[in-house]
Amino acid sequence: MADLVKLTIDGREIQAEKGKLLIEVARQNGIEVPAFCYHEDYTLQAACRMCLVEIEKTPKLQVGCTTPVAEGMVVRTDSDLVRKSRKGMVEFLLTNHPLDCPVCDKGGECELQDMTFRYGAGESRFVERKIHTDEKQWSPVVYFDAPRCILCYRCVRACNEGMGVGALGVGNRGAISEIVPNHGDHLECDECGLCIDICPVGALTSGAYRYQTRPWEMEHVGTICTHCADGCKTTLGVRNDEIIRGNNRDRSGINNEFLCVKGRYAFDFTKHPERLQSPMMRTEKGYEPISWSKALEVVAGRFASVKARGGKFGVIGSNHTTNEENFFLAKFARQGLGTNNIDHHRTGDLAAFFDALSGKTGALATTGDVYSAKAVLVVGADLAQQHPFLSFQARANFRHHQAHIYAVTTGPVREDNQAVASVRIEKGGEVAGVESLREKLKAEGDLVIVFGDSVQGESLRKLVAFGDSLGIPVKYVCLVDYSNSRGAFDMGVLPRDGGLSREQMLAATDLDVLWVVGANPLKGAELASKSAFVVVQDLFMTATAKQADIVLPAASAYEKSGTVTNVCGEVQRLKQAIKVMGTKTDLEIFGQIAKEMGLNLGIWLPDKVFEEIRKNVHGYGVSPALLAMGPVPTMPLNGHVAALPGAIQSSGDTLFTSGSLTPYSEILNNVMEAPGRLYGGQGQ
Amino acid sequence: MAKQLYNQPSPLETRVVSKNFVIEGSETLDVYLANDGYKAFRKAKEMTPEAIIEEVKTSGLRGRGGAGFPTGLKWSFVPRTSPKPRVIVVNADESEPGTCKDRLLMEYDPHQLIEGILIAGLAVDAHKGYIYIRGEYRYLIDSMDRAIDEAYAKGYLGNNVAGTGFQFDLCTHSGAGAYECGEETALLDSIEGKRGIPRMKPPFPAVAGAWALPTLLNNVETFSAIPPIIRDGGPAFAALGTPKNGGTRLVCISGHVNKPGVYELPLGFPMLKAIYEVAGGIPGGKKLKAVVPGGSSCPILRAEECDIPMDYDTLAKVGSMLGSGGMVVLDETTDMVRFALRIMKFYAHESCGWCIPCREGTTWLKKILQRFYEGQGRREDISMLGELSKNMLGRTFCALGDAAALPTISIVEKFTEDFEAYLARQEVLV
Repeated sequence: MADLVKLTIDGREIQAEKGKLLIEVARQNGIEVPAFCYHEDYTLQAACRMCLVEIEKTPKLQVGCTTPVAEGMVVRTDSDLVRKSRKGMVEFLLTNHPLDCPVCDKGGECELQDMTFRYGAGESRFVERKIHTDEKQWSPVVYFDAPRCILCYRCVRACNEGMGVGALGVGNRGAISEIVPNHGDHLECDECGLCIDICPVGALTSGAYRYQTRPWEMEHVGTICTHCADGCKTTLGVRNDEIIRGNNRDRSGINNEFLCVKGRYAFDFTKHPERLQSPMMRTEKGYEPISWSKALEVVAGRFASVKARGGKFGVIGSNHTTNEENFFLAKFARQGLGTNNIDHHRTGDLAAFFDALSGKTGALATTGDVYSAKAVLVVGADLAQQHPFLSFQARANFRHHQAHIYAVTTGPVREDNQAVASVRIEKGGEVAGVESLREKLKAEGDLVIVFGDSVQGESLRKLVAFGDSLGIPVKYVCLVDYSNSRGAFDMGVLPRDGGLSREQMLAATDLDVLWVVGANPLKGAELASKSAFVVVQDLFMTATAKQADIVLPAASAYEKSGTVTNVCGEVQRLKQAIKVMGTKTDLEIFGQIAKEMGLNLGIWLPDKVFEEIRKNVHGYGVSPALLAMGPVPTMPLNGHVAALPGAIQSSGDTLFTSGSLTPYSEILNNVMEAPGRLYGGQGQ
Repeated sequence: MAKQLYNQPSPLETRVVSKNFVIEGSETLDVYLANDGYKAFRKAKEMTPEAIIEEVKTSGLRGRGGAGFPTGLKWSFVPRTSPKPRVIVVNADESEPGTCKDRLLMEYDPHQLIEGILIAGLAVDAHKGYIYIRGEYRYLIDSMDRAIDEAYAKGYLGNNVAGTGFQFDLCTHSGAGAYECGEETALLDSIEGKRGIPRMKPPFPAVAGAWALPTLLNNVETFSAIPPIIRDGGPAFAALGTPKNGGTRLVCISGHVNKPGVYELPLGFPMLKAIYEVAGGIPGGKKLKAVVPGGSSCPILRAEECDIPMDYDTLAKVGSMLGSGGMVVLDETTDMVRFALRIMKFYAHESCGWCIPCREGTTWLKKILQRFYEGQGRREDISMLGELSKNMLGRTFCALGDAAALPTISIVEKFTEDFEAYLARQEVLV
């Protein structure tokens, strides 16, 4: 327990931890101390001078964001002098700031507007000519208007310290100082857009959101990003049933303000013109739209007849569908269709992972653990490309807590910049590479090991054995791709008890039905059984859908409720943001087919299915009340987990690709960095 | 004597730090050695570091860069026993308007400066030094480099300084045209290759300076005064000045005087005597109007306020500063509005841009003064100049904001009549 000190702020006696910043202590006690440049995640600047307060016994006003509290300090944040100082600072700032409010996207959520209303003067005394430069576009999604910039340097710090990219800097000097991008007139970076959301004014604005609406016209829906497995909260701005923007400015969820380019911008696939909005049936003339009742009739009819004669089913589930949908589908396959041939594209060896962790408690790391552990070891993964939030957490851990980072990868990765030690290996040499760090790792206080798909089966068991042998607390993250790969595994979308794996289903020449939900297994792969009846539920006519007999238009993750489980096993709630005409959620489709077949598989509403999950799935006995407030970690299966047939392979996505969604997101295709990798090169 | 100096010496000077200026070849090591060179270093080598610092304290030497902080006290802040190596940095960024003394010390007596640096090295156990010279002093960087090369060649720098076994390495570092880089922490950032932006204090450079090493940073003139102090003793130096304001200093007298130049005068020398007897009085017998006592960043003095001795404490008492010694004499023909505009242009140009009040404030003040000077002034501008300056004063990240605000406030308050005259002219024209 740290030392407490007593101090007085505005006549109130307050207790606080010794050495904490005055601005933090004041804010935590409900006393507002305004600041532009202060941000608790980044280095202190003391540049904007808005937080100047009076401290007794010091002759000049003192900066609240760099002054630590001390015993007996007497502070005034509301005296006449402080008010005058704040008014003066806002007045100075507004001398060169253009009166762009009517045409500036930030209007309505602008910190300078707020500060001016609260602390500024009603009229300006400035009658001189303002410094003007034209607005610039630095990338398809980043616009920069230098006159609006108040030089708080948040963007520079967020890009450099937070993201580890450093694509923004400061050029020139004095009143013509300007933020400059890393390539002079344009940016080449992660396109994450953190600079835009962290900018307190409208200097940095989004090219994707530009001039479309005002913030108060949108409904803000907080849901979970549908791209990678990190499970970031993304707050979607919705107007007239259209998603206009995404960000996380309200700092909810596990990711604070962080979002990558996919979480922030790649929601535009939802409104792509090629979005399926009607069931399709294959005829000699090609695909024809049919009604839902007709489609369900055809599908249910075929399923029932194949089941009746003991035919062979193959069900391929999705990495994107919700836990409720996965649970229901697994039940459908086993109880409804009487088959164990159900699988999904497995991107991480969770079976071996949980088996190796049998009997252990507290061995699963949460995303919070990646931020708070004393040491983080990354094995066989380029986090900045495939798990950008985990990369952000590890880097923040290094910045705030001086954590020790280690990297064992096949090529350079962004973590090298903070790493105590980086080991380059060939694929297959992961365990040996980790072994070479034994002495250093043994000396750590605790450790989180994050590993990619190249560590599987035997090498995975060896890695866990290595962790055990260090004699320190070790937690693990088994990396998987896509927003609900963990959920697909946990809910049993798996070929247990002798069921066929995905590859085996595609190779089975006697397959009668192939039911594909939200997956694209026939991209670059052949279906051996030429007579199989193929049903595909998806958002677009993927390569797999183009071989289907019936295509059913499904809703995306932004169009439904339910839960998903992220790479660290944290369960979070989705909230429906929009509805696309003509589509149904996968859960609804399952339920309707079941009903059509006369099966009783339970009520197909997400809440009801979740109740069943709570009762029946080990580790998911989470309190719905807790879940309503935020992520809840799940526990691994205890006890022996049988090995499963089939290959494990990561999707190989980068920051600018997202499986079959990539072609349908204009943003991902328009940024100049697509589809390549900027940092890390070959690191994996 | 045949040597051509920038100005004729005055018989009223007390030449301590500038005593070698008049000697032919003073910038060479041989001439320096023939004129008491390195006697102080050898003496200091036999003293303990504490004794050296005590001698500097007794001398009453205060920083000659402008702030006037007691030098001996500053030296005592450097942790000699730190596991991190200590570093000496010389502030040769001389950019304060009106100041031109450090250039002479480097041009005419570079080896005295080197000897001062070496003694400082003995005092804080430092073995590496950097002389940060403003980029505009291109020829001085070259001449300083020549002096350093000469010192190395003859064994007065390197592994065995003057055969005493003391090791010290020294080099110059060029600035790139920023007044702000004369601010000690901005200078340190600049030496590290970063933008010249000042740092938050604490930590202070004595504890964590260049590359986070304990750093002893002083002005050229301050280091140059060290060899005389050690050679002749602290008390002797102190006695030349006034209590708590020991020694002499180089005063740069410019403006409306018959004999502008750099003159070494003891602290406490009367200001009017300096103007009328040392600098030969005002041309054409015109009346004195104002004096900038120590560089443009000081509050200005009206003629009737100038009958004072020139030392740190007296200038502070009358509401100004002894500053960098850059004294500018202004006669009755001076347009104070134009003067205020000229110096504000300087501050607006040199503002590093880090903090809001200085960046926006200096620009705004410049624009108001420009408009006023062009005949578009309004009555409310006069009070606004003072108010805006007071909104900057004490609220900026570093002293540049104060340096811009203080003279402006003093000019507006003390020479309101000059501003009124503009308004009166405007009314007539309309």
